[in-house]
Amino acid sequence: MSQVTLRLKQTPDVPLEAENITPDVLSDLPHDEIRALKLQLGKRTFRIDEFFEVEGERSDQVELHGDLKRVKWLGRGMTRGRLVVHGDTGMHLGALMKGGEIDVHGSAGDWVGAEMKGGLIHVRGDAGGQVGAAYRGATVGMKNGTILIDGCAGLETGMRMKKGTIVVGGVVKDFGGLQMKGGNIVMLSGAEIRTGAWMVRGTIISMLPLKLLPTFRYSCDYNPGFLTLFARQLNRLGVSLPVSAAAGVYQLFSGDCSVPGKGEILVWQPH
Amino acid sequence: MLRITGGKVYDPLHGIDGQIRDICIHDGKVVDSVDGGRTIDASGMVVFPGGVDVHTHVAGGSINFARAMTPEDHRRTVAFIRSQTTRSGLGGMAPTTFATGYLYAGMGWTTVNEAAVPILSAKHTHEELRDVPIVDKSCCVLMANNEILLDLLEQGEMERARHLVAWQIWAAKAYGVKAVNPGGVAAWKWGNDAKQMAETVPGYTSLTPAKIVTGLAQIIDELGLPHPIHLHCNNLGAPGNISTTLETMKSLDGRRAHMAHLQYHSYGGDDWSTMRSEAPAMAEYFNQQKNLTCDAGAVLFGDTVTITADGPWQHLLYKLTGRKWGNLDVENETGCGIVPYTYRPSNLVNAVQWAVGLELLLLIDDPWRIFLTTDHPNGACFWRYPEIIQLLMCRDFRQECVTQLSEKARERVHLPDIDREYSRFEIAIITSAGPAKALGMPNKGHLGAGADADVVVYDEDEDIARMFGHPRYVIKGGEIVIEEGDIRATPEGREFLVQPSFDREIEDFLRPLFEETYTMSFENYPVEMHRIERPEISECIDVST
Repeated sequence: MSQVTLRLKQTPDVPLEAENITPDVLSDLPHDEIRALKLQLGKRTFRIDEFFEVEGERSDQVELHGDLKRVKWLGRGMTRGRLVVHGDTGMHLGALMKGGEIDVHGSAGDWVGAEMKGGLIHVRGDAGGQVGAAYRGATVGMKNGTILIDGCAGLETGMRMKKGTIVVGGVVKDFGGLQMKGGNIVMLSGAEIRTGAWMVRGTIISMLPLKLLPTFRYSCDYNPGFLTLFARQLNRLGVSLPVSAAAGVYQLFSGDCSVPGKGEILVWQPH
Repeated sequence: MLRITGGKVYDPLHGIDGQIRDICIHDGKVVDSVDGGRTIDASGMVVFPGGVDVHTHVAGGSINFARAMTPEDHRRTVAFIRSQTTRSGLGGMAPTTFATGYLYAGMGWTTVNEAAVPILSAKHTHEELRDVPIVDKSCCVLMANNEILLDLLEQGEMERARHLVAWQIWAAKAYGVKAVNPGGVAAWKWGNDAKQMAETVPGYTSLTPAKIVTGLAQIIDELGLPHPIHLHCNNLGAPGNISTTLETMKSLDGRRAHMAHLQYHSYGGDDWSTMRSEAPAMAEYFNQQKNLTCDAGAVLFGDTVTITADGPWQHLLYKLTGRKWGNLDVENETGCGIVPYTYRPSNLVNAVQWAVGLELLLLIDDPWRIFLTTDHPNGACFWRYPEIIQLLMCRDFRQECVTQLSEKARERVHLPDIDREYSRFEIAIITSAGPAKALGMPNKGHLGAGADADVVVYDEDEDIARMFGHPRYVIKGGEIVIEEGDIRATPEGREFLVQPSFDREIEDFLRPLFEETYTMSFENYPVEMHRIERPEISECIDVST
């Protein structure tokens, strides 16, 4: 299968804005035109081939290599195809994406999948803050899709998200699910403080005990029926969620009462 | 030197209604004839005097707060990229300073009046006005909730109050005086509002909104300001508020006044669910009151951000929408509230508001007394004026738009029954000649000899919104600023001020009060003259005649 491969020649001194590097843009272009695509570095405009070695053409299967920590907006607004990154990426990875898949074999910067509407992002390392969040001033963050972070996630993960799923393998920093309006955040290694602050709706599931805000109220212990279905879906993505009543029970906390909200935080308690 | 030949000229002040005339320009002024220089062949085109916006919010603390509060809008809006002639900027609901100038000039408006400036933030306002290129500017200073002035009005010290008003106008380097919700914003600081004209303002023993309005109107006439009191009535936006508005007009007792954004003050009904248009009743009364002018404050459906000194109203709006809310408390002078808002045709209240603005424009019979505004950005952004022109000039288009309202909303409005269509001549009045006259700017709004050479040339186009949205040429002060849709030059505009006379001893009265209550020192309070870019001081007039 054909593929477009881009190898970063050198790390730029300031962030390089690369919203043109998406399967949507590259899939229709011949080699020459891919090389001539524009990138913005500060106030100057450059060609892609000034920063990347380019192989291949006309494909929505894109592979990137190199230390892309200062390359922003990769996969912005993509609707299809697959973007694989071997290395770390910069901010706004997959922001506003609607479909397709991004797979990062490394870590990502802030705003991974911000305001995304669909598709799958898998970051095998850590992610920065504001994963799946709403940009400043906007009322709604991610509206659908799935984000998997194998490592830790930064501040305000899932801020104002409305739908979709975020799974974090490592610890989630402060304000996970801030002002959440819906959707699910799964915390496989728990979180730091202020989880779910101002959440109105939505579900946060933690495998480890959380230090919760006083505005969350303990409701009951139970094993929600929907989790069986949800766990089955996550299982396909390689995430396992315990659902057996024999193995343990979920403590339900509701809140955030200060908003007031109808959100729920489920904390796993093994027997 | 410049000559525009062969165009159909619309110059209402001189009764020119589409006749072919040549416009000659020399040294920034319209003159009778010129020798040499460039000639623009405007055959088949339409020539208007530059637009004048009598009521807009484009500079100062409140609009800047609105900009800061709406970053989500900045991302989706059109950006101005820096070029040889233009600075970078953003359009959208609350455009940045430079973009404001480009957008106004880009649709042929060349003079704007910033309608609400507290003295305390006047420096900021003038700094921003300086950064609004191309257009000429003026501003109105907020007075009707200034506590030092209110105390004088309550005590009946009209002589001293007059000196204070004159001092404050000059301190703010303003052109006129704006009264917003008289007494209501002062009351808001106690958690109250002033909704009844004859009821005592909370915190005072005998002062009523009616007394504030009449006192200020009288002082402004005595000072002879070229622009009368610029009045934002009490009870804005509330169902049934037409009674308050009519009472305010009656309390003026024949004195001059400009009623700002009348649309927001012409509602019937008892609550939100029964709110209806009272535009016919308002127009009928207004038509008889030759002392008054007004602007529409029309609403268009879509996203915007509402900003006003009317703090109590904005708090209510915030409670209704549950969206973001910004509140500013400007010491002893006024307040300010900011709430992003979306007007929807499906919303009964919004539908009524949309209709009322258009109904007033269509039912008030004298175009010299009602002007095109949206109270930018409150009803809609100023760059949407061409859409309103289309609604006024084309009955069929208007009726088509009415069909998007719900059945229930259509029962509450009168727009479907109105057949009037504006002519180009009338559009030239409500967008230029009329507001220039109301502002008392004799060199604006016409194309006679001696006028400022602010001229707009439009291509004739069936699509009215496109025609008025994209002028072929815009000439400001004799310089071609827009040509073939491109910004060719961005000259700095002038600022109009007035300097009414006052007794210097008013400072001896003011200083101790000021030092007791304000957070800044008295010497730093007035705006220095050097902060004003290209000031032009207008003469006061004799109003008694």
